[in-house]
Amino acid sequence: MWRPAVYIQQKLAFGTYCFYTIHMKTSPQVTASATDGTWLVRVGGEWSIEDPWPDSAGDAIEGVKASGINSLRLVSGQLGQWDSSLLVFLVQLVQQARDCKLPVSFDLPEGLARLVRMAFAVPPRAGAQRHSAPQSFLEHIGGETLSLGPRICDFLNFLGDVAFGLGRMFIGRSRMRFKDLVTAMYECGVLSLPIISLTSMLFGLILAFVGAVQLTQFGAQIYVAGLVGIGMLRVMGAVMVGVVMSGRVGAAYAALIGTMQVNEEVDALTTLGISPVDFLVVPRVLALTLMVPALTVYADLMGIVGGYLVAVLMLDINSLEYIHATTQMVSYRQILIGLVYGTVFGIVIAIAGCYQGMRCGRSAMAVGQTTTKAVVCSIVGIIIMTAIITVICNVLGV
Amino acid sequence: MAQTGTNPESLALSVKNLQVGYGSYVLMRDVTFSVRKGDIFFIMGGSGCGKSTLLHVLMGLKPPQAGQVFFGGVNFWGGTPAMRRQEMRHAGVLFQSGALWSSMTLAENIALPLQQYTDLDDDEIRELASLKLSLVGLAGFEDYYPSEISGGMSKRAGLARALALDPEILFLDEPSAGLDPVSSNLLDELIQELRDSLNATFIIVSHELASIFNIGTNSIFLDVNTRTVTAEGNPTTLRDDPHTQKDAKLFLTRGGRHKGSDNFKTSADGMVEGTL
Repeated sequence: MWRPAVYIQQKLAFGTYCFYTIHMKTSPQVTASATDGTWLVRVGGEWSIEDPWPDSAGDAIEGVKASGINSLRLVSGQLGQWDSSLLVFLVQLVQQARDCKLPVSFDLPEGLARLVRMAFAVPPRAGAQRHSAPQSFLEHIGGETLSLGPRICDFLNFLGDVAFGLGRMFIGRSRMRFKDLVTAMYECGVLSLPIISLTSMLFGLILAFVGAVQLTQFGAQIYVAGLVGIGMLRVMGAVMVGVVMSGRVGAAYAALIGTMQVNEEVDALTTLGISPVDFLVVPRVLALTLMVPALTVYADLMGIVGGYLVAVLMLDINSLEYIHATTQMVSYRQILIGLVYGTVFGIVIAIAGCYQGMRCGRSAMAVGQTTTKAVVCSIVGIIIMTAIITVICNVLGV
Repeated sequence: MAQTGTNPESLALSVKNLQVGYGSYVLMRDVTFSVRKGDIFFIMGGSGCGKSTLLHVLMGLKPPQAGQVFFGGVNFWGGTPAMRRQEMRHAGVLFQSGALWSSMTLAENIALPLQQYTDLDDDEIRELASLKLSLVGLAGFEDYYPSEISGGMSKRAGLARALALDPEILFLDEPSAGLDPVSSNLLDELIQELRDSLNATFIIVSHELASIFNIGTNSIFLDVNTRTVTAEGNPTTLRDDPHTQKDAKLFLTRGGRHKGSDNFKTSADGMVEGTL
């Protein structure tokens, strides 16, 4: 079989050979003339994509359109080595002739003639060409606004699906596998312990330091215990866990489900009559909803340890005194409020990750975008939910 | 059309005036055909003409823009999602890429549909999974993960999963793409064997002419320019029939657009004289 790529490669290799042995390179030449209504174009010299076309090339193409021309003839004379540069020129000439509905005849080297013919062998598909005009700013805003409604509907649909999926699971009619739930809980819970330990302890440390700067001025160092205890238990423990889990688990869910979309694995579930929401989303939502509050309690503890270290090692507070002060100043109610935050964050992270994954496009680029969106959505969601719960607690006076 | 007078009882699937596409873009319109029980039915057409999209509509993954799909006598897209899931219980699907669940071993992949729909215990399910794997020549690979086997093997494993529930109708999306000629031939034999033993119906999207002529009992050709079905019938008959539409004929005879000595005359000095 004759292959153009190989042919051009051979030509190029041959060209290099000639260059080094003969050391003579002529510039590309085009001469065009009209005889008896035939536009005769003669090409010669050496053509390379690195050299510009000769000045007469443009006139040769334009000349096809002149009145009185009723056919195009292509010939070659003293043609040296050539490459795609010559091919592009000839194809443009032939295209011009076709646009003017002129017959084309030629007398060219075999390889060149075949490549020119191949360029026209398959006609462009009707409607395949894209004509996209640049969108104006207002059009963009309008388009986004119009798409907002359907997007909200789609999200609510997804929430409804998940709610029904959870319902089916509780009445025991779900396709969910218990093993998947346990695996998901292990992955998001147990495997997160090291990073949660580190971040929460450091956060407790920071809180204690910042508080100590002010409190030591009044000799009230002992109140560091209350600051760290209430701060961590009431909200900061849950927020720390939420932020870490958005990056660690939310992104992983989005990437995993998104890649399953790309590989048609989600379609494979659907065609078997297994709801992807029941099978993929419900165990993950459940796992995070259970594990984030548990991790929150752990993070609270680690935060208090951080505060304790600062108090005992830097502020010279007695160890027992610090523990006693913590139990005095911090009530159990704070832990419960922290657990409310944690549970809500767990749901937000799981829903954001799984929703973005399920709506992922079918390309590697889409998986990347999906992961980013999942993290952004869950962190924004966490902050919004923190604000809402804080206001509610304030109104309720708890 | 050839099958319009056929008794609906003997039809596995029929499609009426189907229109498929994306958003407002129409890929195919007025697609009408029927598949008899026990047919090995090929959907043919050039690249990008909408074969896979049509298959997605038939498998319940994508709603059609217009028209109906009937499984037996049931209007597939007229019912609820729950009803469609019920219908798909009797169908098996092999995706273009195999689409095995990457977090499960091959045996678990095949076991999942069995766990979902049967009350068999774990040992029986394991037995069945091994049997299906050996049917496609993958005996001994039960505990491999999809990432540990080759592309051709994952395709065969995908077929084993499609066969898990002994489906009445199987949809195969380019089953022999990426397989060596021997495996491809074995796959053809397997398809015929399954048709004969289980009386299963196969709907196959394929470009593989060897398979099409070898095992195809019926086919349609989707034309990318007119965006509809331009030829329907037994592939061999279509190839030999002088009245077959031009593009379908080109497809079945491997094109030939660049061949022949049409208007090219090569002279002794290597120059070509000709017209365009």
